[in-house]
Amino acid sequence: MSAPETKEKIPLHVDPTEKAWIRTAIVVLGVFIVAVTVAGFMLGIQVPTNEQRVNPQTIQDAPPWSEPGVREIVAGEKYDVYIVAKRFFYEPSTVEVPVGAEVTFYVTSTDVQHGFKIEHTNINFMAIPGEVSKLTATFTEAGTYDYICTEYCGLGHAVMFGSVTATP
Amino acid sequence: MLTNTTKTPVYELTKADKRFVGWHILFAVSALTIGSLFGPLQALEHAGVNWYPKLDFLFIKLDGINSYYQGLTLHGVLNALIWTTFFITGFTTLVVIRGLKRPLTHPLLNKIGFWMMVVGLVTAAVPLLGNKASVLYTFYPPMEADTLFYIGLVLVVVGSWTEGWGFYLTLWSWRKENRETRTPFVVLAVVINMVMWQIATLGIATEILGLILPWTFGWTGGIDPQLSRTFFWFTGHPLVYFWLLPAYASWYGMLPKQAGGKLFSDSLARLAFWLFLVLSIPLGFHHQFVDPGVPSGWKFIHSILTFGVAFPSFLTLFTVVAGLEYAARKRGGKGLFGWIRALPWKDASVTAQLLAGILFLFGGIGGIANASYSLNLVLHNTSWVPGHFHLTVASAATLSFFGISYWLVPYISGKPLWKPKWALASSWIYFSGMLVFSNAMHTVGLLGAPRRTPLGLAPYVPAEWNGHLFRVALGGSIMYIGLMMYVTVVAFTAFQRKRLPQGEHVEIPIAESMQDPQLTPVWLDRWKPWLIATAVLIILAYGPQLFDQIAGIESTSPGFTP
Repeated sequence: MSAPETKEKIPLHVDPTEKAWIRTAIVVLGVFIVAVTVAGFMLGIQVPTNEQRVNPQTIQDAPPWSEPGVREIVAGEKYDVYIVAKRFFYEPSTVEVPVGAEVTFYVTSTDVQHGFKIEHTNINFMAIPGEVSKLTATFTEAGTYDYICTEYCGLGHAVMFGSVTATP
Repeated sequence: MLTNTTKTPVYELTKADKRFVGWHILFAVSALTIGSLFGPLQALEHAGVNWYPKLDFLFIKLDGINSYYQGLTLHGVLNALIWTTFFITGFTTLVVIRGLKRPLTHPLLNKIGFWMMVVGLVTAAVPLLGNKASVLYTFYPPMEADTLFYIGLVLVVVGSWTEGWGFYLTLWSWRKENRETRTPFVVLAVVINMVMWQIATLGIATEILGLILPWTFGWTGGIDPQLSRTFFWFTGHPLVYFWLLPAYASWYGMLPKQAGGKLFSDSLARLAFWLFLVLSIPLGFHHQFVDPGVPSGWKFIHSILTFGVAFPSFLTLFTVVAGLEYAARKRGGKGLFGWIRALPWKDASVTAQLLAGILFLFGGIGGIANASYSLNLVLHNTSWVPGHFHLTVASAATLSFFGISYWLVPYISGKPLWKPKWALASSWIYFSGMLVFSNAMHTVGLLGAPRRTPLGLAPYVPAEWNGHLFRVALGGSIMYIGLMMYVTVVAFTAFQRKRLPQGEHVEIPIAESMQDPQLTPVWLDRWKPWLIATAVLIILAYGPQLFDQIAGIESTSPGFTP
C-alpha cells in the first residue's frame, strides 16, 4: 500500500496556534517526565522489582516461609516481615513492629493472585504465586494499619485482610 | 432535531450492507443491555443494598446469579469486550464502505469474521451464565475458568481479525485504483485502529493458545502466572485505544460536519492516528508497576512511553476543539468561550459526543496519574481505577457510540429517530450519573478502597468511606437510567413501523477538511514507515523482557476455581 511519488515534496502545514499548542503539550509532558524521574531516582520511591522465583507448591516446606512472621534484624531498627497470602487470609494476620524501624515486607502467594496494600503507606503490590514481592516502609506514627487484599482471589476476597501494629 | 437528511445521498450502502452493519449493532446493544444490568447492583452493593435476588426471575433457569463476581464478570466481558468490539466492527464496516464509496471486496470474509464473533460470544456465554467462568474479564491464572470461556474469547478475537482482513483488502484495492488520491481520513483512522488491534491482540492470543489452553487441557503441570500477566497486558492497554480511536475518528472526521464545520487539520489528524498505531502497544508494563516479576527499569521506561502516547491525545484535543469552534462561530457563536453555546446542543448525536469529550478530559488527566510510576503506588487496584476507566471506555467510547447510534440506526433502518428528546435526555442523564459515580470512585480509591470488592461485605471499611460509597450507588443508578433510555430509543427506532418519507435519506456525516487533503504530505498516507516503526518500538520495549520471562518460565501453578 504505497502512495504515489510526487515530484515536489509537500511540506507539513501547521497552523501557528496549533504550533504553540504542540509546544505547550511537549513542555507539560516533559515536566511530568522530570517529576516521575525525580520521584523514582531521587526521592527514593520504590516499586517492586525482580526478587526471587519460588515454587508456590513447595515454598512453605522450608524457612523462612515455613514460619512466616516478623524477623528482627537489628532490635528497634531493622525488621523483615514474611507474609503468605492464601485464600482468604494472610499468614500471619497480625504483625507488630516498632515505630521508626525500617521494615521490609516479603510477600508471596501459594494459590492464586492476591494483592497486598497497607493503608496509608506506599506499600502496594501484587502477591503472585511463583514470585516474591518486596518493599520497605517505615511507620512514623503509632497505630494499626490494615493490609488489604486488592486483587480478586475468589468468593471470600472481601474478607481478606490483616493488620500491622506499630508500637512506640 | 432529526439527524440531517438529504434527497441525494453521496453514496448509499446496499440493503445487504446495511443489514450486515445492523447485525453488529443488534448484538452490541443486546450485550450492553445485559451487561449493564449488573452495574447499578454493584454500585448499590457498595452502599450496603443487596438487590441481586431481584434478578432471580430473569435468570430463573440458571438458579439466579450466584455471586457478585458472576455479575461482575458478565458486566466486564459483555460491556468492555462484546459491546465495544461488535459496535466498532459494525461502525468500521459502514465507514469503510461509505468513505471509499465502494462495497467491500471480500464480503464473505467479513461475514465469516462476524459470525465467528457470534459463535465465540455464545461459546463464552454458556460457562459465564452457568457460573463456570466467574474469573472477571482479566481472567488472571491460576484462577481457572471452564475451557469454553477461553475458546469463546479466542473466536471473538480471531473473528475481529478476519473482519479486519476484509477491511485491509478493500482499502488495498481502492488504493490500487486511486494512486493519486489520499485515503479519506475517516477510513484511514478506522483501519489504523483495526491494524493496531490486530497487532495488540497477539499478546492475549499467545496467552490463551500458548499458556492457558495447554494448561486447562492438562498437558502442562501448571502455568506461570507472571508470564500470563505480561502477555495479557501486552493487549490490555492498547485495548483501551481500540475502544477510543473509533470515537476519535468520529470526533475528528464526523462531529465537525454534524456541527456545521470542517475538520481543522487533515495532516495533524492523520499524524495523531499514526502515532497511536506506533505508541499504543509498547507501554503495557504501566499496568504491571507493582508486579514482582518485572524489573523496575522496564517499568520506568514504559512509564515514559505512556507519557508519549498522551501526546497524540493532546493533538486531538486541539484539532477537535478547533473544528468545533470554527463550526460554532459560523453559526454565530461569539466570545472566548461563548461560542460553546452556539454548538447544536439540541442535536442528540452531537450532544452525546460533546459530553463524552468533556468526561474524557477528566479521564485523560487521571490516566496520566495512573501512568506515573510513583503515583501509581497509591492508586493501584483501588477503586480509583474503575473510576478512571468508566471515564474512558464507559464515557469517551460508550457515550460517543450513543451519539453515533443516533444517526447510524436511522441510517441503516431507514426510519426516523424515535423520540429525539429522549435521545437528548439520555446523554445528559448518563453524563450526570457518571460525574457523581466516577468522582466518588476516584475519591474513595484515594482513601484506600480496593477495586473488585463487594465492599458491603468487607469487614475493614472505615466510616469515612460511607458517604462516597453512597455517591457510588447514586451515580451508578442514575447512569443506568440514562443507559436504558438509550437502549429504548435505539430499539424503538429500529423496530417502529414509521419510515422516513419517500425519497429522504439520512446523511452519513463526513466532514470536509479545511485544507485540501491532497496537500497533506505523502508520508502521512503511507503504511510502510509507520508499520516498521511500530514493530521496531515493540521489539525494543518488549523484546528483552519477553525473552527473559519466556526463557525463565516456571509452570508451577495448578488451577483454582473461584
